[in-house]
Amino acid sequence: MSTLFDQFSFWSAFWMTIKLTLGAAVGSLILGTIVAVLRLSPVPMLRFLGTSYVNIFRNTPLTLIILASNLVLWAKLGVVMANSKSPDFFNTNNFRLAVLGLTVYHASYVCEALRSGVNTIPLGQAEAARSIGLTFGQSLKEVILPQAFRGAVVPLGNTLIALTKNTTVAVTIGVAEMAAMLAKVTEDDPGLLNQAFVLTALAFVVLTLPVGLAVSWLGKRLAVKR
Amino acid sequence: MSAGVLFDAPGPKARRRHLILTGVGVLVVLAIAWVIFQRLADKNQLTSAMWKPFLQSSTWTSYLLPGLWGTIKAALISILLAGLLGGLLALARMSEIGPLRWIASVWVEIFRAIPVLLMMLFSYGYLSTSNVVDSEVAPLYATVTGLVLYNSAVVCEVIRSGVDQLPKGQREAGLSIGLRPSETLRIVLLPQAITAMLPALISQLVVVLKDTALGYNVLYGELLYNGKTSSVGPANIVPTIFVIALIYILLNYSIGKIAEYVEGRLKRRGRTVADTGVVDGAAEPAAPGGTAV
Repeated sequence: MSTLFDQFSFWSAFWMTIKLTLGAAVGSLILGTIVAVLRLSPVPMLRFLGTSYVNIFRNTPLTLIILASNLVLWAKLGVVMANSKSPDFFNTNNFRLAVLGLTVYHASYVCEALRSGVNTIPLGQAEAARSIGLTFGQSLKEVILPQAFRGAVVPLGNTLIALTKNTTVAVTIGVAEMAAMLAKVTEDDPGLLNQAFVLTALAFVVLTLPVGLAVSWLGKRLAVKR
Repeated sequence: MSAGVLFDAPGPKARRRHLILTGVGVLVVLAIAWVIFQRLADKNQLTSAMWKPFLQSSTWTSYLLPGLWGTIKAALISILLAGLLGGLLALARMSEIGPLRWIASVWVEIFRAIPVLLMMLFSYGYLSTSNVVDSEVAPLYATVTGLVLYNSAVVCEVIRSGVDQLPKGQREAGLSIGLRPSETLRIVLLPQAITAMLPALISQLVVVLKDTALGYNVLYGELLYNGKTSSVGPANIVPTIFVIALIYILLNYSIGKIAEYVEGRLKRRGRTVADTGVVDGAAEPAAPGGTAV
């Protein structure tokens, strides 16, 4: 068991998973909100752009997106996301590309979560906002989005949990997180495979279980009472 | 609430503003497209040599079509097995026999919380070291194992939430005409729940199809893996990724549309249990595993 911690450096893999999750969570929340605003806007063209974004990225496998961020974006198009002179260039660059891929993919789910949050708001709220003379931007900022975020806590939390599990896909471009550790154990020391699997699986339960509980609790607590 | 009530019908001033915003939106997209186009042209990705392989039948017959078949095969096997297992799990999870219920609950909670890729990597490692199956089919087995374990849990939860959302009178009516609780579940509740959750089950197929691409990491010859292999010779990874992504998007988008159509049809006939969000998965409760993403 101790080999898993020493030789295969479990803790650094665990920390990498957390870093990927946090980075992509912040990124996809921002990007997803922007796409949601586009999808709700009164301008048909902007709505179309938002819908296209969601349709494109929700229907593409995450593995393909992450692979493309490395093979296409970096290797062929020369998009560099780290200092190419630093000794740790490949690791940092791949980590950031993975965060980018995760962000782009999950933003479409954040957008849909927010839209389902908007669906929980009664018609009267938007009508009231309009009838006191608020513009679209004002009613979105003061009335709709604050309630939408509160109504969307549960789907947003589910997206966060899915994101945590999906960070494993970063192994595709060699980011040293927990799936990469499991793959390495398979190659170098197959005898430890069972232990490594139980350990990494438990680590994910530890990461996602509190989020799941917090989400159900917050979802009830924050939901706007009607 | 739909987006339509968020704003008034536009007057002349608003229409002008919308026109400007439309222009801005189009310009931004064109600018992004232009930058990408320039970059591609700079790096010689738009030359005919890069794209020519897709006009040759050998690229399709020896790589892409077998890959697509690999993707569809893994997805079909997985959804069938997961549907079967998920149905049994749902029966167990709602049965009156305590131990059965506990086993099903533990199964669902465990396999929903573990990433599919970890299960694939583990079963691949196990299969390739223990010689249980031929090393040729190990990748397929590993891919299907991961997908079935995860999706059985999801299907079980979808069916259970369908039963939960049925009107209470259905169960009461079943019991009061003298059916046993297990018969009520099997004869009265499940058929209605499965019909009502059909759209959610169909959109789960999209998730399964996308997740077959995880098989790339266990060397399963699906579309992505085969596509990448085909790009090695002509060194045209950029066009290849583009074509593969297009195939995935068209396939998944059409399945999503079918799910929407079925949902609309059920709604018109009043056969649905949840008013909204079945397809989006928004009706699902929070739990580790969460919505199928």
